Amino acid sequence: MSEPTVADTRRLNSKPQDLTDAYGPPSNFLEIDVYDPQTIGVGRNRFTTYEVRMRTNLPIFKLKESCVRRRYSDFEWLKNELERDSKIVVPPLPGKALKRQLPFRGDEGIFEESFIEERRVGLEQFINRIAGHPLAQNERCLHMFLQEESTDRNYIPGKVRQ
Amino acid sequence: MSFFSFGQTAEIDIVLNDAETRKKVEHKTEDGKKDKYFLFYDGETVAGKVNITLKTPGKRLEHQGIKIEFIGQIELYYDRGNHHEFVSLVKDLARPGEMTQSQTFDFEFTHVEKPYESYTGQNVKLRYFLRATVNRRLNDLSKEMDIVVHTLSTYPELNSSIKMEVGIEDCLHIEFEYNKSKYHLKDVIVGKIYFLLVRIKIKHMEIDIIKRETTGTGPNVYHENDTIAKYEIMDGAPVRGESIPIRLFLAGYEMTPTMRDINKKFSVRYYLNLVLIDEEERRYFKQQEITLWRKGDIVRKSMSHQAAIASQRFEGSATAEKALAQAKEDSN
Repeated sequence: MSEPTVADTRRLNSKPQDLTDAYGPPSNFLEIDVYDPQTIGVGRNRFTTYEVRMRTNLPIFKLKESCVRRRYSDFEWLKNELERDSKIVVPPLPGKALKRQLPFRGDEGIFEESFIEERRVGLEQFINRIAGHPLAQNERCLHMFLQEESTDRNYIPGKVRQ
Repeated sequence: MSFFSFGQTAEIDIVLNDAETRKKVEHKTEDGKKDKYFLFYDGETVAGKVNITLKTPGKRLEHQGIKIEFIGQIELYYDRGNHHEFVSLVKDLARPGEMTQSQTFDFEFTHVEKPYESYTGQNVKLRYFLRATVNRRLNDLSKEMDIVVHTLSTYPELNSSIKMEVGIEDCLHIEFEYNKSKYHLKDVIVGKIYFLLVRIKIKHMEIDIIKRETTGTGPNVYHENDTIAKYEIMDGAPVRGESIPIRLFLAGYEMTPTMRDINKKFSVRYYLNLVLIDEEERRYFKQQEITLWRKGDIVRKSMSHQAAIASQRFEGSATAEKALAQAKEDSN
């Protein structure tokens, strides 16, 4: 007669964790800040740039710290490049605000302080989401956007290997 | 349960001989309700009586023959017209004639083969039933009685663990291990997830059980996936070298044994899906098939000789041989 056996639920054997791994800094540090909006130029040829500062310990990025200035159209360029070359669904950018660019407005249009702040927040969310995506990290355009002085629109698109 | 008569002249009733002692189990019907049915195993005899009660005593019932059938069939919901019968037995109870009073007929289907387990799914149904029919010129009277069949197995000889290393290059490497590849329905999945490399920000990890019902053949194959369980096994961000244990009790979930290519009509397979979710709600997953089987209940001293024969049908079971010997002893 077979007795009902109690199920064996003991944990499987595992290697003990190295203390340096347990208490060391996490290897997934990635922080990007979009701040300090500056409006440059005069009259109709004005535009706003933002400082994009990145700090990371991910090996895929050549520089562990970088700081560049980018404008909205640079973000748009990055979004288009990623949509074309990578297989990911790229998160949305904050709006283009074309209405704000029409004449005869009562306020400053796209140079209104509150609008710039709203856009800054949206751009920060966008870049953080996209830079953390493993497939986006393979694209040259992302590295150029974050870590090179300027975005060269004539660059050769491609993948980055470690 | 079907009556095909205008103004019922007679009532048909099917009663099993061992209705008092036979176990009943719950089984889901097509509309999701649960009902209780008599439980049978492969090889067991199905015996009982068919009672035909005349509604108005004195009024004769003319008929072209009375019979009882034992049927096992597969019904595909998108093709209701065609029932695929894989078991079809018939016993004639009465030759064409006349009934002047209510009567009872005995029947016995000896050691009936019931190769597959009863299954009610999203797109297909496999059922066994008795059907008593009084043939008449214009319309037949008939009554159906469904039974449920369970297929039993014993501990498989070969039951290797599942152990694999997977990941995304330079981003996430894990090694997962499940203690077995074949689990019975009341078993426990014991495993672990070992993190070799973590360069993404993980928020939590869960393990899902997915049931996939496949119907149709060739170009018309259709898979219906259903997530039966979602079980969170880790909350928070792991680092390199951490090992997360898994202990998932299957008895709490409604599952059937794995059914592979039943009568070439359908399959029901189960998968474990390990899912990691990062802070941006991105999902990283790895699916792995497991085989589920049904373990027979503990053999009791009072088990009938019949059931002992039924248990003898599974491969090389020491338990079954003991049961047979015990049952023989009891009946002597």
